[in-house]
Amino acid sequence: MISLHVNGKVFQVDVSNDTPLLWVLRDNLNLKGTKYSCGIGECGSCTVHVDGKAVRSCTISVGEVQRKKITTIEGLPENHPVKKAWVKEQVVQCGYCQPGVIMQVTALLSQRPALDADQIITKMDDVICRCGTYPRIKRGIKTAIQMTRKEVKKS
Amino acid sequence: MRTSMTRRAFLKGSLAAAGLTIGVSVTPFGHRLLNASEIDSFSPNVFFKITPDNKVAIFVGNSEMGQGVLTAFAMIIAEELEADWSRVRVKQAPAADAFKNPIIGGQVTVASASVRGFYEALRKAGAAGRAMLIKAAAETWKVPEDECKALMGTVKQEKSGRTLTYGQLCLKAAKLQVPENPPLKSENEFRYMGKPMPRVDVPEKVAGTAVYGLDVTVKDLHYAVIARPPAYGAKPLSYDEKGAEQIKGVQKVIPVPMGIAVCAKSIDAALKGRDALKVKWDKGVLPDMDNDYIEKSMSEDLNKPMVSVVNTGDAKKAISEAAKKIEATYFVPFVAHTTMEPMNCTAYVRDDGCDVWAPTQAQTGAQMLASKASGLPGEKVHVQTTFMGCGLGRRAKPDFVVEAVTISKAVGKPVKVMWTREEDIKYDYFRAAGSHRIEAGLDAQGQLIGWSHKLVSPSIAKEINPGQLKDGIDWFCMWGLADRPESYGWNNRIQYEIPNLSIEFLMSSLPIPCGVWRSVQNGPNAFVIECFIDELAHAAGKDPLEFRLQNLKNNMRARRVLEVVAEKAGWGKAIPKGEGRGIAQHACFGSYVAQVAEISVNKKDGTIKVHRVVAAVDCGPVVNPDPLVAQIEGGIINSLSTALKEEVKFANGGVKSANFDDYNVMRMSEVPEIQVHIVKSNEKIGGIGEVGVPPAAPAVANAFFNATGVRIRRLPLSPKTVTEAIKKV
Repeated sequence: MISLHVNGKVFQVDVSNDTPLLWVLRDNLNLKGTKYSCGIGECGSCTVHVDGKAVRSCTISVGEVQRKKITTIEGLPENHPVKKAWVKEQVVQCGYCQPGVIMQVTALLSQRPALDADQIITKMDDVICRCGTYPRIKRGIKTAIQMTRKEVKKS
Repeated sequence: MRTSMTRRAFLKGSLAAAGLTIGVSVTPFGHRLLNASEIDSFSPNVFFKITPDNKVAIFVGNSEMGQGVLTAFAMIIAEELEADWSRVRVKQAPAADAFKNPIIGGQVTVASASVRGFYEALRKAGAAGRAMLIKAAAETWKVPEDECKALMGTVKQEKSGRTLTYGQLCLKAAKLQVPENPPLKSENEFRYMGKPMPRVDVPEKVAGTAVYGLDVTVKDLHYAVIARPPAYGAKPLSYDEKGAEQIKGVQKVIPVPMGIAVCAKSIDAALKGRDALKVKWDKGVLPDMDNDYIEKSMSEDLNKPMVSVVNTGDAKKAISEAAKKIEATYFVPFVAHTTMEPMNCTAYVRDDGCDVWAPTQAQTGAQMLASKASGLPGEKVHVQTTFMGCGLGRRAKPDFVVEAVTISKAVGKPVKVMWTREEDIKYDYFRAAGSHRIEAGLDAQGQLIGWSHKLVSPSIAKEINPGQLKDGIDWFCMWGLADRPESYGWNNRIQYEIPNLSIEFLMSSLPIPCGVWRSVQNGPNAFVIECFIDELAHAAGKDPLEFRLQNLKNNMRARRVLEVVAEKAGWGKAIPKGEGRGIAQHACFGSYVAQVAEISVNKKDGTIKVHRVVAAVDCGPVVNPDPLVAQIEGGIINSLSTALKEEVKFANGGVKSANFDDYNVMRMSEVPEIQVHIVKSNEKIGGIGEVGVPPAAPAVANAFFNATGVRIRRLPLSPKTVTEAIKKV
């Protein structure tokens, strides 16, 4: 039995230690928002957070992430500035890579000291979008930063 | 909101509940509108339905790949219906006759044909609904129809101020006859069309809840992967069936026509089981084939007798008598689709029926092939389209549907077949490579008087649609250069006014399977045409824009996009030293696009940086402008990717490229600033999904010539190719 801490809940799953986290999230925990695309950590579609850092769930085994905090796209609040910015800027086309893109952006946004939009954009080359939404991902990142600033001001 | 549903739920939701239903039957002359009483209750041929709860359900049979078809179709119907958008729900319909595209003949999302194929039918259906609702209100109030007006989901009598909602009127309206030619709105009455409407599929895609093919879950689902031959035509010599079956979770090893399938309780077990098979294969049909072999073979084919495709005037004579004669050879390599979601399909074959959940662009083909593979009649095969992680044309080939159905039938369980990324690249139906030889002649004024074009390419039609294969001509391979007379409305032809034109074709016999790749051969053929036109402009001593306009005297739409893009991009203005600017235009699928690219070249390492691409688009009426711009942006980025990076590598008679580490596609830092200008036009509606692709690659290659004075006649303009080309000079 493997014990996994995902989106604030603890799950016990009967899989071998070396099973990639991706398959367990998708097929054992039914969290299908995390996507399979390359299986070698080259495209970023399977990106989740492990202890707040963006990690490729296709190349990390469940054995390696026991007792660590895992967050998937489903665990990101609906009103998260990145999700809101993605709707506002109509970033997605087919949308398949976007959960991974969003998880990558949110991890970069929460880095301290804070990165500006251009710094985040330079760290997005390991995430592939085949529809060519890159110009809108850039817009989405800028809008998400503005939204975050507004929220900080409000609070 | 958009929801998927089973056939049963579809029938229940769309037909069983009372309300105003506008259905259709497909006739050889297009769609005929029907009301509920005329609809065969077993075939879900329904465009939309209004129910007493005052909701409008709109059913879309085309595949949503991110191009926004769900929203566009709903906008067209809601517009003419004068529906309240907040009460509209869009649903993905299963495979059914009503959703066959009248300009293609099947339910298939290809050739940028969704809106251009259904525009009139959907407008008519919406307008018919509006007319029936107005009539129902007039009868209720016993007043003349012309006193009643439809307004945002209600009918209002202006005089009295009385209103009834569509929900209140739908049962009465449902009993009325469907008018054949209801009055359509004029453009100034449009409330939705032409305005940027948020796409209905965006929220669930951002939330991560959208269901793609790989996300389909069914009770007792089994997973299958297939060991496939490493070389074309290779057959298995031996494999360790027992070894695979010893892996925990593996249920069965099944030889199938495409290889050896391993069916298991989990993907992980299926993959481990496949490794344990340790299949030994023979060498296949052409074990020596690699990239050099391919290029040599295709270039030698250029010297063989060819089939004449176009022969106007006398190109040979015109060129031999020309003041200036120019010739060149070009090569465009094979490129892969690499849709982000690899191929997959879920199927459940039972004695009484077959369910298929597929991320497919080709429902009609999927249903036919599933029927064949399951041995069940077509009406017992239910195909439900899921969302799909990119289409790019790859999903127009329903080979993965056959696999899921075949394996499900063999194990008697619901089965999901999943391709790994490596399989997705190695067993792709590639964008066909092309080997070109062109000769052209200019008169003393620099006017183009003759063009002779030879093209060698493997067949696309063979795998995709044999109907496009006739008398040795593969019409898919010709797109961009020439098209069949019956498809002239699509305009996939060379646009220049050439009095003496010869186009010849020879099908390469290489065993490499090819398919349709966004814009089909409009992309690679436009690369060759537009680069060669640039060469001719240079030979004539003319500016590339001026030369194009001079040879497009009567082609007003092509001229207009060129003029607009030139103005917006500042064509003719000085650019910094070391940078280059290039222009290209192409027409396809009924639309016209011109682009200007600005680049710089690092002569040391051979890298090209694209700084800006400006595009002008004339596609006739515009339904939803924001996704339209997004489609052009995406098309440009796909095209730049092929211009700079993409080429499939072959070795030992098979495909060597395997994953994103050795098959490079465009990444974020490489993407230029992109500006898209929509040219207002009242012409017939054209396509959008693919038309951004063709001009970008030649615009970049022409900019490279402008920057360096070096002409590269081969894609991709990779650092290696660029460095070698610069060295040669």
